[in-house]
Amino acid sequence: MTQVSITVDGTKYTDDVEPRTLLVQHLRQAIGKTGTLVGCDTTNCGACTVHLDGVSVKSCTVLAVQADGHEVLTVEGLADGGELHPVQRAFHESHALQCGYCTPGMIMQSIALLQENPNPTEDEIRNGLEGNLCRCTGYQNIVKAVQQAAGSVAAGTGAAE
Amino acid sequence: MIPAAFDYQAPASVEEALQLLSGGGDTEIKVLAGGQSLLPVLKMRLAAPDLVVDLAKIPGLTGIREDGDRIVVGAMTTHHEVANDPLVAEHLLLLQEAAKTVADPQVRHRGTLGGALVHADPAGDLLAPVLALDAELVISGAAGRRTVPAAEFFQGLFTTAVGEDEILTEIRFPRHTGWGARYEKFTRVVQQWSVVSVAASVRMDGGAIAEAVVALTNMGSTPIRASSVEQALAGCAATAEAVGAAVAGVAEGTSPPADLNGDADYRRQLAVVLARRAVLAAAGVS
Repeated sequence: MTQVSITVDGTKYTDDVEPRTLLVQHLRQAIGKTGTLVGCDTTNCGACTVHLDGVSVKSCTVLAVQADGHEVLTVEGLADGGELHPVQRAFHESHALQCGYCTPGMIMQSIALLQENPNPTEDEIRNGLEGNLCRCTGYQNIVKAVQQAAGSVAAGTGAAE
Repeated sequence: MIPAAFDYQAPASVEEALQLLSGGGDTEIKVLAGGQSLLPVLKMRLAAPDLVVDLAKIPGLTGIREDGDRIVVGAMTTHHEVANDPLVAEHLLLLQEAAKTVADPQVRHRGTLGGALVHADPAGDLLAPVLALDAELVISGAAGRRTVPAAEFFQGLFTTAVGEDEILTEIRFPRHTGWGARYEKFTRVVQQWSVVSVAASVRMDGGAIAEAVVALTNMGSTPIRASSVEQALAGCAATAEAVGAAVAGVAEGTSPPADLNGDADYRRQLAVVLARRAVLAAAGVS
């Protein structure tokens, strides 16, 4: 076992993990952050997207030991009290989901996209979300939600960042 | 999917990493860079090493700098950093163009140039640009550092000049300042590995191509430099007709793979089409 200290959504957690433990498993099973979902488990679908030190990563393709000493932001760390993050609100208002399974990852990647490019074109949004799959194929409203949220996400506005 | 159990070490220096790699005996060891190829391999249990040596805590392996007439990229520099670096944009446009096409944004945030090169997947997008740009690869081992030209680095399927007790530390590029570039990548769907891709960079003189470099992705077990096409392009007018004639033989002598995405003949035809598009785009002719 290896001891890891990872700050998740602003709180530091210290745990013993097997080195083979994936970050997403650690988040869900040890820390209880079940808002981050496992979709394909093969680096394709993006449902498990979280921010690691401020950049988006697929947490099924990061080991918990690699996150030792670093900061993770999950979808559960976005809202400020009862106040939704602007991207969460935009997804709600644009009805940017059908079954909702891809939504946590879509929101985390949308925030990462808008932090790098605050006013993306529709093409840039679609390319920026190419690593996130919606198997309901509800992409139209997802793109609309990102357009709605654009401009409201300045760099570093995530609640835990 | 969970990898088989392994021990984990994150050494703080290259020397410490090399000690771990050389002290193994029968121990199977894998080196972890960004993990975007290794972790899927471990999860599918295509590999089950006893020890994983993570290079992430070694200072000095990341970043992009000028060193005399060279641009030097640390092996642990991410694709995202390569794709957004001003030195790369100014002097190594072909590398930037290719880095932008790797997988997706999340993978580009983690995956590294050095990791992708040592993994040496024939469909990997950075191999052909590194070959075309005449990069030199700096490898550290117990006996010290050695420098290997890209033409000798890629030795076969998933096989490079990096020995089991060595690590790649940096990639040194001659400047290609002012060269136009295009990485013409062909996939059926986004995120897919290249079916075939063509890396092309050209130096223009007036309306003609003065010099060109061209290399192919996934047309064999290693990236392939299209030297005869480069010669044919030197002095070639930047027109569809002239470039089309110059690249017509780009697939000659290649043994591309055959799979569900296309048979070998299909790939040979694709290489010709993509080479024409890549060179014309690099020359600024759309």
